[in-house]
Amino acid sequence: MNAINKEPERHEIEALLPWHAAGTLSRRDADRVEQALAGDRELARRYDLVREELAETIHLNETLGAPSARAMEKLFAAIDAEEARSPRRQRSFDLGGRISEFLSSLTPRTLTWAATAAVVAILVQATVVVKEQGAPSGPSLASAPSEGSFAVARFAPPIF
Amino acid sequence: MQSTSDEVLIGRIANGDRLAMQVLYARHHVRVFRFVVRLVRDEATAEDLISEVFLDVWRQAGRFEGRSAVSTWMLAIARFKALSALRRRPDQELDEETAGAIEDPSDDPGAALEKKDKSTMLRKCLTGLSAEHREIIDLVYYHEKSVEEVAEIVGIPENTVKTRMFYARKRLAELVKAAGIDRGWP
Repeated sequence: MNAINKEPERHEIEALLPWHAAGTLSRRDADRVEQALAGDRELARRYDLVREELAETIHLNETLGAPSARAMEKLFAAIDAEEARSPRRQRSFDLGGRISEFLSSLTPRTLTWAATAAVVAILVQATVVVKEQGAPSGPSLASAPSEGSFAVARFAPPIF
Repeated sequence: MQSTSDEVLIGRIANGDRLAMQVLYARHHVRVFRFVVRLVRDEATAEDLISEVFLDVWRQAGRFEGRSAVSTWMLAIARFKALSALRRRPDQELDEETAGAIEDPSDDPGAALEKKDKSTMLRKCLTGLSAEHREIIDLVYYHEKSVEEVAEIVGIPENTVKTRMFYARKRLAELVKAAGIDRGWP
């Protein structure tokens, strides 16, 4: 048996078991717990106890029922009363909110297609720009030869 | 079809959208109610409190910064309201032994043991825990809150969350053992 010999480490892992059972650990911690469970039968037995507790806690909560319609009526009556006293000023145009709402309304597939289309558009545009820069462009003087000899004039700086 | 996220709903609520408020309420009111009713142990009080919780959501939606999940934020508000209500009426909070007995007076631990129903006994002992221990067990197991989220809702450091959960489970095991079922831990 490949049990965890270091007691503090085992204690640390054991403390994480409830969250592992509930599936709310980070990937890294979940891997650590899984590894420990695979090599420690006593820890695995305790994990079974945690799973029992989890199942019964869910069962218990599910039997608690739900609030009556009175709670919702009371809430919206309070909201109406509050709005009547001091109406909330609506923001006329919340651009950030609208963009965020629009994006969150798209499905992952739609978002993938949109992103791909955007990348293709950028690539096409980049290709056009590069081609235009590569070709001779702009006005040029007919008398100015592109080849031949050049003279370099240098001016001495003034002395004060 | 993809449903609108809680964060988007909060944005709409901040702009005074009543329909968004209805959607958010429909989505979360049962869980918030169950969290509160487990703390205050009284359905009528819990109903009043959830109205107050969602009214706070309506009022404070504009200030929600999205640093935590909306459900975490709402449970933190609910917890604050429940504890305030308990402070106003201290007789509502009972010690764990009497609370356990009042939950179901017709079914004492011995009778449940005769049924040899470990699940029933475990549930009964869950109701017999102190408010502090019930709360953390519910948040972790039923409300599926991470260590960080529990720390935020309860207002304690993350290491204390782990320690408190450990002692809540230990207390639960003791109650179950006292009722005649030895689970072999701790």
